[in-house]
Amino acid sequence: MVRSTASAPATVRTTWSAARARTRADAAPGERRSAAYLYILPALAFYGLFVLAPFGHSIALSFFDYDGISPGSWIGLANYKELLADSQTRGAFVHALVLVVFYAALPVAIGLLLAASLSRTRVRGLAWFRTVLFLPQIIPLVVVAVIWRYIYAPGEGPLNEALRATGLSGLARPWLGDFSWALPAVGIVGTWVQYGLCMVLFIAGVQKIPTSLYDAARVDGAGALNEFLAVTLPNLRNEIAVALTLTIIASLRNFDLIYLTTQGGPGNATSVPAFEVYNQAFEVGRVGFASAIGVTLALIIFAITIGVNRIAEARS
Amino acid sequence: MRKSPARLRAALTMILCAALATAACSVAPGASGGGNDQPQGSSTAVPKGDVTLTVWDQEVRGGQNAQIEQLNQEFMDEYPNVTIKRVAKSFTDLNKTLKLAVSDDEPPDVVQANQGRPVMGALVTAGLLAPLDGYANAYGWADRYSQTLLDLNSFSPDGATFGSGSLYGLSQVGEIVGVYYNSAKLDELGLEAPQTFDDFEAALESAKEAGEVPIQFGNLDKWPGIHEFQAVQNNSADKDYLRDFVFAQGDVSFSTDANVAAAEQLQSWVDAGYFTDGFNGVSYDDAWANFADGEGVFLITGTWLAADLEEQMGNDVGFFLMPPSQEGADPVSLGGEGLPFAVTSESDEPETAAAYIDFITNEHATEVITETGGLPAPTGGSATPAGGVQADIFEAWEQLNSSDSIVPYIDYATPTFYDTITASVQELTADKAEPQEFVSTVDQDYTRFLEDLNQ
Repeated sequence: MVRSTASAPATVRTTWSAARARTRADAAPGERRSAAYLYILPALAFYGLFVLAPFGHSIALSFFDYDGISPGSWIGLANYKELLADSQTRGAFVHALVLVVFYAALPVAIGLLLAASLSRTRVRGLAWFRTVLFLPQIIPLVVVAVIWRYIYAPGEGPLNEALRATGLSGLARPWLGDFSWALPAVGIVGTWVQYGLCMVLFIAGVQKIPTSLYDAARVDGAGALNEFLAVTLPNLRNEIAVALTLTIIASLRNFDLIYLTTQGGPGNATSVPAFEVYNQAFEVGRVGFASAIGVTLALIIFAITIGVNRIAEARS
Repeated sequence: MRKSPARLRAALTMILCAALATAACSVAPGASGGGNDQPQGSSTAVPKGDVTLTVWDQEVRGGQNAQIEQLNQEFMDEYPNVTIKRVAKSFTDLNKTLKLAVSDDEPPDVVQANQGRPVMGALVTAGLLAPLDGYANAYGWADRYSQTLLDLNSFSPDGATFGSGSLYGLSQVGEIVGVYYNSAKLDELGLEAPQTFDDFEAALESAKEAGEVPIQFGNLDKWPGIHEFQAVQNNSADKDYLRDFVFAQGDVSFSTDANVAAAEQLQSWVDAGYFTDGFNGVSYDDAWANFADGEGVFLITGTWLAADLEEQMGNDVGFFLMPPSQEGADPVSLGGEGLPFAVTSESDEPETAAAYIDFITNEHATEVITETGGLPAPTGGSATPAGGVQADIFEAWEQLNSSDSIVPYIDYATPTFYDTITASVQELTADKAEPQEFVSTVDQDYTRFLEDLNQ
């Protein structure tokens, strides 16, 4: 339910409102205004069936005490109250927000850096670099999890081996089993997965910036840094908004990596809302409470992405 | 980028649609209750006409699959009018789809429903499983199992009481969580298999001094911690207390001196360095693979690893039950049984279903299970493995069942107990929680559950 809501196809929304705006403003004489709906009907039907209806159903379930089979009983907002009161569930949401830094902020920063450096200098074999840097994005997450579990392994894991080999054995630790380091460790995996996407978006964006702008900046005596701040960054605003939207959604609905690496542990140090949804619904059998977490998560994702896009638009 | 008002309007429309969809959904979720009041069947006769028996099981791995296929075929040979339609799913798959399947109008006839409140308890509460007491009497099932094994598959008909009431299923295989040892390493250290718990601790100390990993342990997956804790807990807590605790019978609490003592002991083992370095970051599979490779003297885990360990270690691996505090006393051990086969209450063929369950747990079935490398849960079978670690395990199983000394997994206690105990053991063993703190955190979960139960 979370997943489908989060991936609401933007095209449907855009087409819909575009069609509305057009029929009102410049409808040709005799054209039936409602005809536009006909065109989007097939997509809308599927969207309604597989996204809106399940989402609605989740909202309904979130007001019930329901184990998945026995008749549920209406308990109003009790699930939401528990969500706010329960420190473990609150903790899961806090962890998700921490992961936003690793899944969204860091990849965007790294992506910008790579895009700026790859597009500024003539790099031999640019396509090769781009492909290699993009690779993490196309590796299945299960494989990613296996790779990083190996990298972080306490005994023979390459990371700890490298630390010991360089005399930093004091820093070696069971990364995924350490109460302070497990969350950042999982976060770094997210950074590794996401930066490729950001980089590709930004490289594409940089290529459409007119070279005359760079020439003008250079004539004005701008160095690499000023050029980046005055030309590249402002012109990539839309790409940054897209990248942030995609990566923030990915970070907040993060389930696979947690499930495959730490199962929310050690203790509850890496538990996240999407994992809790799964856990409550399928392991504990509290479908109502799971729905409440899912709905809350969906609303948070919704609010944050609207916020990001508004900020991006307000400046344009 | 679009202008904001249009976007906002689209967003609002979406929310409206969602709200409408909500209203359109049936308001009260859940199937209405099934047949709690149905008369219990007890006939051992299989109907004569054509019968199709749909069975959902999760016996998909190697030997498990071989035994169930063979038994299914033999059942159909014995009753030519019966066709078994087998739906095999992995354990995780089965658990996720079972509730929907069983609450369907045309449910499977026989399903494997996991022990405990979240699955079997929920299905019994919803009236979706048929009580089997009548068949149990008719077929004499009580003679095949020790009391604890029957209790684990029992609920009161309203699903509120676990561990007593009606029998709802039978398991094919048993499992024990005990101690594997590397016999070559024990010889090197000049140690014998320990006879008392103190002997065992002394062995850990000798292993540590010799530079070995005393207990190979990986707890990244969270659940292995339960085994480590319970292995220690059995030394201080009484088996009857633990059963009452799991089944929520009588005035029980987790806040006991025995549990604090167990937590202290486990933490002292961590502080003494008896476990693998960084165990909270080591995966279970890596841990036992390392043990099989000769790293570590002991490994506390379940009998499900016996075949894999024997394949890699040959005669160098042995198995014993965690020894009792007094020499010669009956060892008490964490153990259990495989997922029970249960009959759905809406099944059209309850007699055939009962006959099938009888067939796959009878004496012949125990032989088939033994031949395919499993540990049959029903006792009294004639077949035993030739030797090696499997023979150790068979002997331990007979011993535990004849003295009824199996203690169930404590995560059966409440629906949220698995989360609570696994997270808490990780905290305890990382010195993030004091033993007293550990006990009170776990007790909070239990107290809350008891309050809900008694409402």
